[in-house]
Amino acid sequence: MNATFGAVLQVLVLVLALGLVYRPFGDYMARSLESPRHTRVERGIYRIIGVDSSADQRWSVYLRSVLAFSVVSVLALYALLRLQAYLPYSLGREGMPSLQSLNTAVSFVTNTNWQSYSGEAALGYTAQMAGLAVQNFLSAAVGIAVAVALIRGLARTHTDRLGNFWVDLTRITIRILLPVAVVFGIVLILNGVVQNFAGDTTITTLTGGTQTIPGGPVASQEVIKELGTNGGGFYNANSSHPFENPNGLTNLIEIFLILVIPFSLTRTFGRIVGDLRQGYAILAVMASIWATVTGLLIWVELNHAGPALQLAGGAMEGKEVRFGVPMSAVFASATTSTSTGAVNSMHDSFTAYGGGLALFNMTLGEVTPGGTGSGLYGMLVAAIVAVFIAGLMVGRTPEYLGKKIGAREMKLVALYILTTPTLLLLGLGAAMATETGRAAILNPGPHGLSEVFYGFASASNNNGSAFAGLGANTDFYNIALAVAMFLGRLLPICFVLALAGSLAQQGKAPASAGTLPTYRPQFVLLTVGVILIVAGLTFVPALALGPLAEGLS
Amino acid sequence: MITVNLTVRQAWVSVRFLLVMTVVLGVAYPVALFAVGRIVPGTSDGSYVSTTSGAVVGSALIGQSFDGAEWFWPRPSAAGDGYDALSSGGTNLAADNPDLVQAVAERKAALAAANGVGPDAVPADAVTASGSGLDPDISPDYARQQVARVASARGIDPMLVSGLVDEATQGRLLGFVGEPRVNVLRLNLSLESVG
Repeated sequence: MNATFGAVLQVLVLVLALGLVYRPFGDYMARSLESPRHTRVERGIYRIIGVDSSADQRWSVYLRSVLAFSVVSVLALYALLRLQAYLPYSLGREGMPSLQSLNTAVSFVTNTNWQSYSGEAALGYTAQMAGLAVQNFLSAAVGIAVAVALIRGLARTHTDRLGNFWVDLTRITIRILLPVAVVFGIVLILNGVVQNFAGDTTITTLTGGTQTIPGGPVASQEVIKELGTNGGGFYNANSSHPFENPNGLTNLIEIFLILVIPFSLTRTFGRIVGDLRQGYAILAVMASIWATVTGLLIWVELNHAGPALQLAGGAMEGKEVRFGVPMSAVFASATTSTSTGAVNSMHDSFTAYGGGLALFNMTLGEVTPGGTGSGLYGMLVAAIVAVFIAGLMVGRTPEYLGKKIGAREMKLVALYILTTPTLLLLGLGAAMATETGRAAILNPGPHGLSEVFYGFASASNNNGSAFAGLGANTDFYNIALAVAMFLGRLLPICFVLALAGSLAQQGKAPASAGTLPTYRPQFVLLTVGVILIVAGLTFVPALALGPLAEGLS
Repeated sequence: MITVNLTVRQAWVSVRFLLVMTVVLGVAYPVALFAVGRIVPGTSDGSYVSTTSGAVVGSALIGQSFDGAEWFWPRPSAAGDGYDALSSGGTNLAADNPDLVQAVAERKAALAAANGVGPDAVPADAVTASGSGLDPDISPDYARQQVARVASARGIDPMLVSGLVDEATQGRLLGFVGEPRVNVLRLNLSLESVG
């Protein structure tokens, strides 16, 4: 069996596994979120935090809860990183410098997990475990909560109530994320992912040299890193590190974990709005783009264009033997089409088009299938643009799921769509215009521009992967990328929740002969078109100067 | 005033929620997984391997440096000065970076000469650095290419060494998951036992 055929079978198994859990898991998430009953554990939590679980919030209060929780989380994580030297299991690591702490705190709270530090060198176990891993759960839960609020906006009528943020956050964490993390955490441990508190172990190697090998509570963090589409590695090398991803099976499991919530949430959506076909249509949009880009990425990496890779006879620079070329490409596509940003191979050393496709995935706005929650709400915004365009064509007021898309809704949608490209292009422009911005570039030629482009695309879309040659631990990048991550996360959330509030207040218009059915293939095609055209018009010039110029030269 | 109060209240709820969740997710959960991991202490501690006399010589999952003709060589490594497990990472050099082109050309020529094969026969993994810098494996092709050199340096039968390579070769799980590979540390350990 050759590598390509093996990879095809692995992708088939992956798709089969995602398909098998799609219904039960999507329905389970819907039940968890909409159930009127609270478990005893949950009631205990509500008592401790002082929340009335029956009090539904207006959109503005829901938003205020998200913002308050995000700011408190950034401050707490910042303090933890600065003070880690005084905490247990610090392994003698110093407190993280101020701007790097700010960058890291914003990064993990916004579900980005951009890392300007090296895990095994900079952090002790308490900072990783009680700081970063906790945000890996909670930032993922916030994304799902916001998506659920938007779904309720579409499903509910004549109300100003979208649910209770604290109840949603608690249930997503306790009923959805934690059980899955425990099960797959154990699977990872059985396969060789480490879970210990041993510190660094120095051994004498077979040839008499010395080697110091780190330990750590890795499995517990690895599993939620993928499941919550976070991506922040315990170690610098992320999921290419053998202690994070020891073999072909763990590699396949980690790819599955990255994709399972973003895809299955479309079932949750269909279930809550009471029309499963609507969820399948959204799934079809996500899956068709994901499958196309994944296929292309495998193909260009197997072709190994580029002088160094041609000479080597294969695109193995930055890749691990146990994964091989095709399954590194599949991982790269999964991690950039969601907002994960974990890597099992170094994207900076991919072929020009391979790295370009990873970059392209992010510029689509992380909706194919996107991050936990953020992918779904981003995709629903794209769907609203699609019905709006269709409405313009036939001269009718557009509707989505019986909700009229009027001027207020379209303003919010437009603001949503403009946010990340603005942050990305402003940041890229500022970096390329300044000496300090350009000084961080590692590789010469168009690839150097791609490194900076990739960095700001990653930050503003809350992905977190990097063309890691970029020396991003400078004051300029720590600040600029922190701003891009913070605004790239919270501004879209403001617009989405405002949109949800405005939709919830409406009644449901009955479908008429002029209503565009939003579950048919024509709507799927239209939405795919909208996503490609919006991203294309915005980013083709920059993509042409970076990866395309490199690939064509 | 109402708005300010509401925000302060939400911030206070946030603080309490974060504290509760830090206890559950940041302490209880990793400690519980640690406890489960004690079922397989060898694996969750890092898959350490020892010689027949019991000396721990490294982790089966973490590559280490081997120089000298009598050893099987691992892939080039960008982790620190090579296989430094406290600075994992790749080169991040681009496919068109002249430095990488030169490095690949030099490695190719050197390996072809050392192993007595044509430059075109040297496999890609032998001349490229891994993403982690700690790749414990090499391709079976690259392992077989080193057999003659290792056998001659040790003055033992190449067939014997070849047999060790076959034993150390791991295929794909269930025939299709992952890639075939040879663990360099385990292979070199098995060499020790035959002299």
